Amino acid sequence: MNPVLLKIIVLLGILIVVLTLASGLIWLERRLLALWQDRYGPNRVGPFGLLQVLADMIKIFFKEDWIPPFADKPVFVLAPAIIVITVLLTFAVIPFTPLVQIADTNIALLFFLGMSSLGVYSVVLGGWASNNKYSLLGGMRAASQMLSYEVFMGLSMMGTVMLAGSFSLRSIVEAQRHMWFVVPQFLGFVLFLIAGIAETRRLPFDLPEAESELVAGFHSEYSGMKFGMFFVGEYLGVILISVLLSVLYFGGWQGPFLPPIVWIVLKTLFFICFFILLRAAMPRPRFDQLMSWGWKWMLPLSLLNLAVTGAVVLAMRR
Amino acid sequence: MWSILQSLWLVLLHMFQPRFTVQYPDERPYLAPRYRGRIVLSRDPDGEERCVACYLCAVACPVDCISLQATEDPHGRRYPEWFRINFSRCIFCGLCEEACPTYAIQLTPDIEMGEYNRQNLVYEKANLLIDGPGKYPGYNFWRVAGVRIKDKDKGQAENEAPPADLHALTP
Repeated sequence: MNPVLLKIIVLLGILIVVLTLASGLIWLERRLLALWQDRYGPNRVGPFGLLQVLADMIKIFFKEDWIPPFADKPVFVLAPAIIVITVLLTFAVIPFTPLVQIADTNIALLFFLGMSSLGVYSVVLGGWASNNKYSLLGGMRAASQMLSYEVFMGLSMMGTVMLAGSFSLRSIVEAQRHMWFVVPQFLGFVLFLIAGIAETRRLPFDLPEAESELVAGFHSEYSGMKFGMFFVGEYLGVILISVLLSVLYFGGWQGPFLPPIVWIVLKTLFFICFFILLRAAMPRPRFDQLMSWGWKWMLPLSLLNLAVTGAVVLAMRR
Repeated sequence: MWSILQSLWLVLLHMFQPRFTVQYPDERPYLAPRYRGRIVLSRDPDGEERCVACYLCAVACPVDCISLQATEDPHGRRYPEWFRINFSRCIFCGLCEEACPTYAIQLTPDIEMGEYNRQNLVYEKANLLIDGPGKYPGYNFWRVAGVRIKDKDKGQAENEAPPADLHALTP
């Protein structure tokens, strides 16, 4: 088949599957949270309540799309789009299976880091453009949280890069043929997991939106589909981090017996469920605790991880 | 850190616990017999209205949702000409039931009163009256009260002493 056509099919396939999954996560999250809190969750619309997502979508599309008169209009409109675009762009470099990948660049990880840094603008600009004290506070929190957690996020991934000898995600997966990187890079895995949760602003690190103190923080002025975009972006981020965790540390598509696509989906689902479990179980830390954790523990630990991994790799090569 | 892992594990274990939710329209929760739900007006064992239109319930009601108009029938019995409860105001506190001297107004364990039209929440006497005596099966106010009505003079009620003769000299 024409390779360009194939690429377009793969691209559309990934786009559709990822977006559907992201909205499906709303249902999954509500059901799982309910399960862990001894409730049922949405179970009345369609089989197992699956059509609840559809009902929510219809509702959110028909809601009034209101822009507050005091808001900075262009930025206010732009902000929710940024997060979805940046996260979706990152999916381009992810090798789901040997066949299903849009672009195999040799700077895939750098691309991911760059895109996730750009994604922060969405939250910060959203908080700023809302022209609202609490939104601004949320945006500020997002900015400082991302700043401190992205630093060691990049550093914690460097261990796998050193072991694989490449920034390309495909080479990293192929380097895990004999051993998943979670074994030699366990510390790096834990650090990346924590940074990833902070990156997606999920519950232990959801200080930017902190309902109880900031009344939904950066998106308190948003309504209708703009609000929905923030949510889709958040769920896309959850999927992205889960895929990355399985690609970087759990051998990506590799696994016995089952076809590659099943393995990557299973691993990703596992991490998604873990993210939801975190939300069900964790309280929200205080902001200064969050910052001191990031700078005083995570950053030195990731530097240590980097140095030790480098030394070991160097010694092995001798 | 250890406590974080511990709480994660404990929350995960909740997967295997029974769920508390009562799936309401399919399975019904138990409502106690004295549950304070929809308000009814009961009748005495003879099938007559118990309500004597004394207005005590309307006075006791903290949200003023009860209104009625008293009148008297040819037998000399007071009864409400109309009786209206606005359930969109009612807070189901049960004070009307406590205030009622004749056990006429009673709260029942029925909570399914949803309406699409708010006006339909205003219940008239015809909607409130039930055929039975409710929670107090044998009670008939007029049979024990010392009030004169057509077929019962003073002193003829149950456990009622004959009226004192005001003009007699004997103690």
